[in-house]
Amino acid sequence: MQKKVTNVTINPGLKEDIYYVEVFRGLWITNRHFVVNMWRHTLRLFGIKTKEKGAVTYQYPEERRPIHHRWRGRHRLTRKQDGSMRCTACMLCETICPCNCIHIVPGESPNPNVEKFPEQFNIDVLRCCFCGYCAEACPKDAIRMDLLEPEISGYTRDIIFTKDFLLGVTDDRPWENARLEAAYEEDK
Amino acid sequence: MLSPSAPMTLSMGPSHPATHGIIRINLQLDGERVVDSTVDMGFLHRGFEKMCETHAWNQAIVYTDRLNYVSAMINNIGYCMAVEGLLEIETPPRCQTLRVILSELSRVEDHLTCLAAQVMECGALTAFLYTMKAREYVYELIEMACGARVTTNWTRVGGLSMDVPPDFADAIKARIPSIRIVNDEFNKLLTKNRIFIDRVKDVGCMTKEEAIDWGFTGPLLRATGVPFDVRRDTPYLNYDEFDFEIPIGSNGDVYDRYVIRLFEMEQSLQIIEQALEKLPEGPVNVDDMSITLPAKEDVYGNIEGLINQFKLIMDGHGIKPPPGEYYSAVEAPNGELGFYVVSTGEDKPYKCRCRPPCFPFTAAIPKMIKGHLVSDIVPIFGSINMIGGELDR
Repeated sequence: MQKKVTNVTINPGLKEDIYYVEVFRGLWITNRHFVVNMWRHTLRLFGIKTKEKGAVTYQYPEERRPIHHRWRGRHRLTRKQDGSMRCTACMLCETICPCNCIHIVPGESPNPNVEKFPEQFNIDVLRCCFCGYCAEACPKDAIRMDLLEPEISGYTRDIIFTKDFLLGVTDDRPWENARLEAAYEEDK
Repeated sequence: MLSPSAPMTLSMGPSHPATHGIIRINLQLDGERVVDSTVDMGFLHRGFEKMCETHAWNQAIVYTDRLNYVSAMINNIGYCMAVEGLLEIETPPRCQTLRVILSELSRVEDHLTCLAAQVMECGALTAFLYTMKAREYVYELIEMACGARVTTNWTRVGGLSMDVPPDFADAIKARIPSIRIVNDEFNKLLTKNRIFIDRVKDVGCMTKEEAIDWGFTGPLLRATGVPFDVRRDTPYLNYDEFDFEIPIGSNGDVYDRYVIRLFEMEQSLQIIEQALEKLPEGPVNVDDMSITLPAKEDVYGNIEGLINQFKLIMDGHGIKPPPGEYYSAVEAPNGELGFYVVSTGEDKPYKCRCRPPCFPFTAAIPKMIKGHLVSDIVPIFGSINMIGGELDR
């Protein structure tokens, strides 16, 4: 295609010098926004659906933004059909991880048909950069980031996802427990 | 009363509300007028180039997200194109068109953010909130394509991490009118507003020669009247198939830069529409087992795929470009974003140098603000769109 060049310089003229014309045009836009959005808010208050919301923001803790299913959120470890974990401690995720946040201690599996399994599988989530390489590298579909959970927070500096937590055996959060216990001890 | 003979020293930054990014400008003031200044940069240095040397070729893509975090997609694409040049491969047509679409979306997003911040610092908070709304639309589209809003990490050497979802084209087509409305309102609110014009007209001027001497690229160079655009002058991807105009200014001041950014957003939206028209079907990754990860069916299903997966990921294996060096540049929203990569045949870069587009602009701040008032520094600084992550790497 040919290279097209356009000169877009604007030289303000008399209309801009008068100042009021453009200022009232600007005020018209902002006021229209106010009225339209208020109308939408009011209609929605009475349960009438409008095509668009009054505001693009969400009332966060009560109202959640719909997240696309491709979202890379909190990690989890998957299981086989018989309930045992899929991970075979092949260390590919630990190798590909650019920020070295996965630490696996392999061990001999109790099942004679399976050679290895991770005795420990820790993710130091404060180091994690959520690139999704671990899920991409896994040859067994054992680690996924599909929980659509964007909020990961804690009160300490060691938020470490253990194997049980990642598998969903315990849904309590160990870092939170430590904090609560400490608070409990302090109260006593 | 005459001003005292010795100018006053004032340190603006490192964390000043108007320097969005960590940078310090040491001002020598005569009253309100800037006599001289120096710029201190490097507060956000994270060692991007050194980190690349200790990570595999594909792992470094994660770090490019953090360069210009407002348009992370273009950094991903720029880096991957440099490595692909080293490997002497060409990505499939679908991948190229998708890269064009996402590049232009990122450009819209970056310009929206830059203009919003620039006018907000001049006091126009309403316009800022309108553009943030449009940016939210773009972020939703980017989230749809790659699963993250800011740190995208979407491209891979030789293609993409994943194809876009089937309803992606419809989602973009549904959103483009909303983005256009916001641009239009923004234009009506500010472009001919006397308050804004008085604030930015003939402020921070650069001439053609000066801009070229300082190494300017992108909107700041075009504002001086030089029609240089990497997309046209050294076409990459399939940009030569698209019809778009290059805006130029004539004064090189903050107002021209503003108008050019506004015009470029419209051009980007037009490119996206053209690209969606002729989005070809087909694979998004090159068909080369030594570069692209095998399909998941092969990894789970047969031993060849499994071995291939291990061979591409294990330490000391993976992608190994032939020894050599390669420079490739893309048109980032700020200007020419270049990556210079050197390979010694290892699975890691020997050297990866990034040419950040906003470095020359920031270096030229003393030149641009000399003789202006302190309050003029804010619009000038806003117009150069300094991004800390990219400047200090």
